[in-house]
Amino acid sequence: MALQYVGLSEINGPLVVLDHVKNASYDEMVEFVLQNGSKRQGRVVQIEGDKAVIQIFEGTNSLSLKNTKTRLLGKPMELSLSKEMLGRVFNGAGKPIDGLGDIYAEKSADINGQPLNPVSRTYPQNYINTGISSIDCLTTLIRGQKLPIFSGSGLPHNQLAVQIVKNAQVAEEGQEFAVVFAAMGVTNDVANYFRRSFEEAGVMDHVVMFLNLSNDPIIERTLAPRCALTAAEYLAFEHDMHVLVIYTDITSYCEALREYSSSKGEIPGRKGYPGYLYSDLASLYERAGIAKGAKGSVTQIPILTMPNNDITHPVPDLTGYITEGQITLDPELSSMGIFPPVNVLPSLSRLMKDGIGEGFTRADHQDVANQLFAAYAHVQDVKALTSVIGEDELSAADKKFMTFGRLFEQHFLNQGDENRSIEETLNLGWMLLSVLPRTSLDRLDNKLLDQFYDHEKAVEYFGLQESNVIKELKDAVNG
Amino acid sequence: MNNQDVIYSINGPVVTVKNSDTFSMQEMVYVGHARLMSEVISISKEKTVIQVYESTTGLRPGEPVYPTGQPISVTLGPGILRNIFDGVERPLEEIAKESGAFIPTGSHVEPLDTQKLWDVTLCVKEGDQVEGGDVYATVPETDLITHKCMVPPYVKGTIKEVKENGQYRINDTVVVLTLEDGTDLNLTLCQKWAIKQPRPVKKRLPISMPLVTGQRVIDTLFPIAKGGTAAIPGGFGTGKTMTQHQLAKWCDADIIVYVGCGERGNEMTQVLEEFRELIDPKSNKPLVDRTVLIANTSNMPVAAREASIYTGVTLAEYYRDMGYHVAIMADSTSRWAEALREISGRLEEMPAEEGFPAYLPSRLSQFYERAGYMENLNDTKGSVSIIGAVSPQGSDFSEPVTQNTKRFVRTFWALDKALAYARHYFAINWNQSYSEYIPDLERWYSKNVGPKFMQDRQALSSILAEENKLQEIVQLMGSDVLPDDQKLTMEIARVVRVGYLQQNAFHKDDTYVPLEKQLKMMEVIVYLYKKCQEVVMDGKPIRQLIETGIFDDVVKIKYDVPNDHLELFDDYYKKIDAVCASID
Repeated sequence: MALQYVGLSEINGPLVVLDHVKNASYDEMVEFVLQNGSKRQGRVVQIEGDKAVIQIFEGTNSLSLKNTKTRLLGKPMELSLSKEMLGRVFNGAGKPIDGLGDIYAEKSADINGQPLNPVSRTYPQNYINTGISSIDCLTTLIRGQKLPIFSGSGLPHNQLAVQIVKNAQVAEEGQEFAVVFAAMGVTNDVANYFRRSFEEAGVMDHVVMFLNLSNDPIIERTLAPRCALTAAEYLAFEHDMHVLVIYTDITSYCEALREYSSSKGEIPGRKGYPGYLYSDLASLYERAGIAKGAKGSVTQIPILTMPNNDITHPVPDLTGYITEGQITLDPELSSMGIFPPVNVLPSLSRLMKDGIGEGFTRADHQDVANQLFAAYAHVQDVKALTSVIGEDELSAADKKFMTFGRLFEQHFLNQGDENRSIEETLNLGWMLLSVLPRTSLDRLDNKLLDQFYDHEKAVEYFGLQESNVIKELKDAVNG
Repeated sequence: MNNQDVIYSINGPVVTVKNSDTFSMQEMVYVGHARLMSEVISISKEKTVIQVYESTTGLRPGEPVYPTGQPISVTLGPGILRNIFDGVERPLEEIAKESGAFIPTGSHVEPLDTQKLWDVTLCVKEGDQVEGGDVYATVPETDLITHKCMVPPYVKGTIKEVKENGQYRINDTVVVLTLEDGTDLNLTLCQKWAIKQPRPVKKRLPISMPLVTGQRVIDTLFPIAKGGTAAIPGGFGTGKTMTQHQLAKWCDADIIVYVGCGERGNEMTQVLEEFRELIDPKSNKPLVDRTVLIANTSNMPVAAREASIYTGVTLAEYYRDMGYHVAIMADSTSRWAEALREISGRLEEMPAEEGFPAYLPSRLSQFYERAGYMENLNDTKGSVSIIGAVSPQGSDFSEPVTQNTKRFVRTFWALDKALAYARHYFAINWNQSYSEYIPDLERWYSKNVGPKFMQDRQALSSILAEENKLQEIVQLMGSDVLPDDQKLTMEIARVVRVGYLQQNAFHKDDTYVPLEKQLKMMEVIVYLYKKCQEVVMDGKPIRQLIETGIFDDVVKIKYDVPNDHLELFDDYYKKIDAVCASID
């Protein structure tokens, strides 16, 4: 029998304190009834003797010390789950907001989940073809991976995520796929953009959406990704679906956590974020993976906007330490009109090495990728030098690298909404490498070079014939 | 007064008990009806603070707290190797069998298999005087490792009874000992040891042997000794974990303890799968036969993360006591430090730098000092080497964990983002890294590899240092302005960087390079440098030399000369001579 308490003893931000509580348990759900009869939900976050600290999901506005009745529900926060969730829209706390009524729950589960036992994991090895060269070739996405997009304000990260959903062959033939989308503190426009794009791509009936918009309460924001992942785990491990979880924006999520932490009076760590930010983020990201024996999988693409494009900011920094790589977007490339503006050098996919090569993509994949990275890294050195001494003063070899860099950005990175096969992508990679002198390709062995290196073809393909240049020069002189 | 202690407050992984004098510091206690494993971390008259090694969801004030009178301990005995444990030595395989793919709270499984029968050979007889460390029985634990059951430290007595050789379970008594005070002590195949207390040794021996890893940049430039300590700091994506994996696979320790502390679940799965398949080249047995894994992934309870490091080093010391060389890979010690910070924050302790507790340096030094080359109680010699990864916040090496670690380790492998971006692995920055073991190991290298090893090593270091100086000019004015002799230095430095330091973990020959080949490679590079210098001194243009492709040939030695065909090196000398003679 649940007791009902009348009145509160303290209200502070999203937190309230209740005195003389009997039998409260840690993390237990709480229901508040306001004077006007409306209900709110909360959760016990700290207990000291008969005093309980409770966070209220919907915020504390119009709460007073007297007018509130509180009831302890005796169980942790759970989400009702069912296959019917596909195609539906929920708020951050998992309540339907599309006006279609409650779902008929097959089961309910604690939204915090439980850690997946490392011995029960299957090491992810199947690559997902996203149709995007920079990702497929250089930061390959693997099914069961968590690969965030590090972006900045004004960059097309949402478009990139949508393009991945549209192109990606997430599921093998004969298997179902689902997209779980969680919006945390994004604007209405962004949420609508995703909804519209999913509808246009004709996948809306495979999508579960959890929306916490920027003007919604912050505690719900901290719940939204947990609800999304609980739904994803349910679909993946009980209904054998391949689930792609996209959630945006992690930075807003962390800010919500900071706000909550500071109102709780906790000792702050770096930049005011709570000391447990790493553990908290890990409890989200680590929920990607494949369980042994299950046919489904959970792949995560979290999106975060780096404040001031600073990759050392605590949010991207801690994220990078947990996730299995990152796709970094670059404002400079974006302003050159390149889409997707992936800056490949700080991008990485940790699971890539075991999911590519013979039997997965193509035998030469790893070597091509390494050489492209090495060559493009050298291009950056040359660019830095150019800004000091000017391009004319470069050595002949460095000039070739400048040409390579330009072509790489224009042809390899920039692809608009074209959907490229892995074969096309790798061939394009070879074509670009063939622009460079053979001796400067020190990551490739001679066998591969004999097979794929073709300087003349590359020169012709990219229209680099020397004669043209000379002709142009002559024309210029004569003209 | 209650005769039972009950929970008063709960805040995350920290619970308190009011007005109790039952508990002692660092005692293991069970909290709540679910009996969650916990540890006492502070005691005052009013309040005892306990950290819980599991999720506290659902705990209520008023639930009982059970004392055990024991500190947090691990069970030491056969069955540790090939196993994978969580931070407090619970076998994950057993948990999976019991509860499925997800780890529930409050699972109680025995650390080691109590039902398995081991082939035991007893090596004492009645009437023998024995004391702590003496071996009374041996068990073939895996195909590679013989497990020695030792009298627990500080125990002394006469053997009263010995069982026959045969098959026993770990909890069966095989020897009865009469102690000096006349009481009997039953010795089984296992013993318990508190994880925060170092196991005693007779004495610390001077460092004299390297831990050979087969990785050129480490063995040649920045070696670590057996019994030494090393730190690998690096931002995310610079290859800390990759480096740890390579070392765990190839280093010449007898036993590897791999601690995944607050890291990724998929990585632990990878280690597990890979080590089962990989064959140790020396013994032709799977690597897992010499490995024990401790996995506290980042989403497992944070207090157990703190314990996992101690659990790992205690297991390592136990095998050291048997006379083995043990290497611990701790990935990552920053997560451990963060766990300290998190608990400290919950206790509302006064924070020092960046929110880390003031006792961070002392905890770090206590951990690293448990490494060493030791003479054990039973006169065998063994070592524990610790290799700790550090994940600096924001890739900034001036943060507290990196800085404090630097004070307690003697080898420092600084991983570099720029190198990692260019996919130069290992991304160990040769300008920032160092090894203080060089003087200790010089003799070993001269005797066991070749008298010229240290000299060639110095030559390589000098080339790299020279290049570093020239780089400053090149970055300002381009490489064309350099005179030919400096251009040559730059070119040779490229050979050293790409052909020597960079190593391909996925290439069958390059993944492990024996010291002998490392020496020969260095010698070719040094010879090439000398010969080319002569050519350049004669005023002949370096461009011609580069065009012959000789530098690129030397770069590719690592792929072109297989590890078992070192005689092919002779051809390179002829080739270099021929090329240098051909320039006019």
